[in-house]
Amino acid sequence: MKPRDLTDLAVRNLREAILRNALTTLGVAVGVASLVAMLSLGVGLQQLASKRLSQSGLFDTIFVTPKNSFRGMGRPQREVESDKPPRPLDDDARVELEKLPNVIEVYPQVRFFTEVRFNNKPYATMVAGMPDSSRNTGAFDGMQGSFFSSSAANEAILQIEFAKDLSDKPASLVGQELTLRYAERQAIPPAAGDEPPGAAETSGGFSVVPKELRLKIVGIVETEPAAGYGGYGSARLLMPLQTASTLRAAQVNDLRDIVRGNTSNRITYPALSVRAKSPSQVETLEASIKDLGFNAFSLLDASKSLRTFFSVFDLLLGIFGSLALAVATLGIVNTLVMAILERRREIGVLKALGAADSDVQQLFFVEAGVMGFLGGIFGVVFGWLLGRAITFGTNIYLKRQSLNPIDLSSVPWWLVILALLFAVLVSLGAGLYPASRAAKLNPVDALRYE
Amino acid sequence: MADTQTAVQLEHVSRYYTLGESSVRAVDDVSLMIPRGEFLALLGSSGSGKSTLLNLIAGLDRPTSGAILADGQSLAALSPLNLARYRRNTVGMIFQSFNLLPRMTLEENVELPLRLAEVDHSERADRVREALERVRLTHRVGHRPTELSGGEQQRVAIARALVNRPKILLADEPTGNLDSTTGEAILTLLRELQTHLEMTIVMVTHERPLAERFADRLATMGDGKLLGIAPIGEGRAQ
Repeated sequence: MKPRDLTDLAVRNLREAILRNALTTLGVAVGVASLVAMLSLGVGLQQLASKRLSQSGLFDTIFVTPKNSFRGMGRPQREVESDKPPRPLDDDARVELEKLPNVIEVYPQVRFFTEVRFNNKPYATMVAGMPDSSRNTGAFDGMQGSFFSSSAANEAILQIEFAKDLSDKPASLVGQELTLRYAERQAIPPAAGDEPPGAAETSGGFSVVPKELRLKIVGIVETEPAAGYGGYGSARLLMPLQTASTLRAAQVNDLRDIVRGNTSNRITYPALSVRAKSPSQVETLEASIKDLGFNAFSLLDASKSLRTFFSVFDLLLGIFGSLALAVATLGIVNTLVMAILERRREIGVLKALGAADSDVQQLFFVEAGVMGFLGGIFGVVFGWLLGRAITFGTNIYLKRQSLNPIDLSSVPWWLVILALLFAVLVSLGAGLYPASRAAKLNPVDALRYE
Repeated sequence: MADTQTAVQLEHVSRYYTLGESSVRAVDDVSLMIPRGEFLALLGSSGSGKSTLLNLIAGLDRPTSGAILADGQSLAALSPLNLARYRRNTVGMIFQSFNLLPRMTLEENVELPLRLAEVDHSERADRVREALERVRLTHRVGHRPTELSGGEQQRVAIARALVNRPKILLADEPTGNLDSTTGEAILTLLRELQTHLEMTIVMVTHERPLAERFADRLATMGDGKLLGIAPIGEGRAQ
C-alpha cells in the first residue's frame, strides 16, 4: 500500500477505539514528558552553569604573567635559556598582546592589599580594579546599587561579606563614602650617591608613599568575577580599573622587583588579562602568547571536564526519564494485541481482498508509529510545561531566599526532535510483535471469526 | 494442462486438517475443470468441503496435495506475496455475511482493493463509480454499510469484488443472509455480470433451486469429495 493510504487507514483504525488508543497515546505522552522534563532540567542546568562561567570571563580570558614570576622565587630557575633575563610585562608587551589576532582587550591585573577606613575603623582588604567590560559579564547582574558610573570614577563596589563587616545593614552602605589608604609607588629622579644606602622608604628607583583616596560606595555584589584567580586571593573591594591604575599603588611585583634589583622606573604589570573573542580561540591565542615569551594559562580544561560531567548527568537523567516511556511501550503492545483480537475478521477481509502479509504488518506498524508520534508531540508539550512549572516553583523558593531567579529548564530544538524520534522508534519497537502476529494470521480462520 | 479456455483447473486436490491425533479430509482428491465464462455452482451440505474448495481456488489456503491452476497460474508455485497479488487482481470474492468494513462509507469500502493494488488516486474515483454503476448503487455512496439493507450490502460487496476487474468471481453463499426475493435479485445481477464482463463465477450454495436457475453447471460435494457434476442446460431461468 502507498504510505498515504497506510496512514489514512491507520488513523481511521485508531479513531475507531478512540478511548483506548487515546489512553495509550497519553501513556506515551507521559513517558516522553518525563524524559523531556528530565533532559530539559539537565540542559537548563548545563546552560546555566556554562552561561555563568562564560560570563565570568574565566573561559575566554588568558592570564599572562612574566616568565619566572614571583611564584618561582626560591626555586631553581626552570628555564634552560635563563641566561637571558625574563621578558618584563610592561606597556610594550601590552601593546604587542593587543595586536594579536582575536584579542578583544588586554587589561592589567591591578590588585593590592590595603587598608580601608569606614566610620573611623580600619579594615584590611584586597582591592581589585575592574575593567569596564566586566559590566556585561553577568557577575554584576542582580547587584544592589549600580555599576561604576564611569571607568575613572572614584567609586567602589563592595563584596557582600565585606559590606557585612562594615555595617549590619549592607544595603544602607550604597551612597556612603569610605577612605582607601594605600601605598603609592613614586619614582625618584636618579641622583647617584645622594641617598644613604639601605634607606627605609627607598630602594634606589622608587619610593613608597602612603596616600588616601575617598571612594563612594555605588553597589554591593555577591562575588567578585574571576575571584581568586591568578593566585592573589579574592578581592572584597572593587573599583574602576582606570582609577585603580592611576593610584600607582605598590603591588606584589614591586617587592619582586626589589628582590631582583630591578628598580627602574618602568611600570611592569604582575599579570595581564587577555580576552579572546570566544572561548574556542583561547587555545591558539594561548600558544601565540607563549611564543612571545610569557607564561599564559586559561581555565579551558576545567570547562571541558564540566562538559563531560553534564554529559554523564544528562545520560542518567535520560535513563530515569525513559523508565516511564518503557512502561508506556507495554501499553502500546497491549493495545495493539487487543486490536488484533477485535479486528481479526477485518484482517481476514483485507487478506481476501489481496492484502499481503507485509501490508497488514505495515498497517499495525503505522498505527503504533502514529500513537508514538502523537504521544511524542503531547509529551514534548507536557514536558516543557513540567520544566516551566519546576522553574517557576524553584524561582518562588529562590525569591524567598532573596536570591536571583534562574532559568532552570531549557527545551532546545534538538531535544524536541530527539524526543519525537525516540517516541516513534520506541513505539515502532513496541509494534513489532503485534504487527508480525497480525500479519501471520490465517485468512481462512480470520474470516470465520465472529 | 490448462488451455486458454480454462479458467480454473483442479487436479487431485486434497486439503487435510489435523485435529488432535485425527486427520480431517475437508477436500479429498477433487479434480475439476471450469471453463472461462462459466457460472458454476458448488452444492453440498454443511461440512461437505465446498467452502474449503472455494478458499483453495481463492488462494486463501493451500492444498495439502494436488495442483490448482487458475488463469494459467499454478497457485502452488506462487510465493505468499504473489498469491496476495493473485487474490488482488485475478479473483474477486463475496461472502455470505458481506464482510464490509462498518466504519467506512460504501464508496470507501469499494475503494479498498484499489488502495491495496496501489492504483493511482486520480483513477480511483472513476473505477469506484464504474463498479457502483454496475451494481446500481450510485445513489447511496456516502452511506455506511449499517445504513443499507442486506441486499444493498451484498451489492456493495459485489462492487468491491469487481473494482479491480478480476477474471474470476468467487461467491461463498452470497444469498445465505438474504430473503428469497433479494437473493434472486443478487443472482440475477451476478448472471448479468457474467454475461457482460465474460467473467467466470464459482458460487458455493446449498440452495439447489436457485443454483439450478442461474448456474451453467452444478458440482455436488459430500464428505470432501466431488460427487458429481452436471450441466443444467435448458432448465435455467433467464
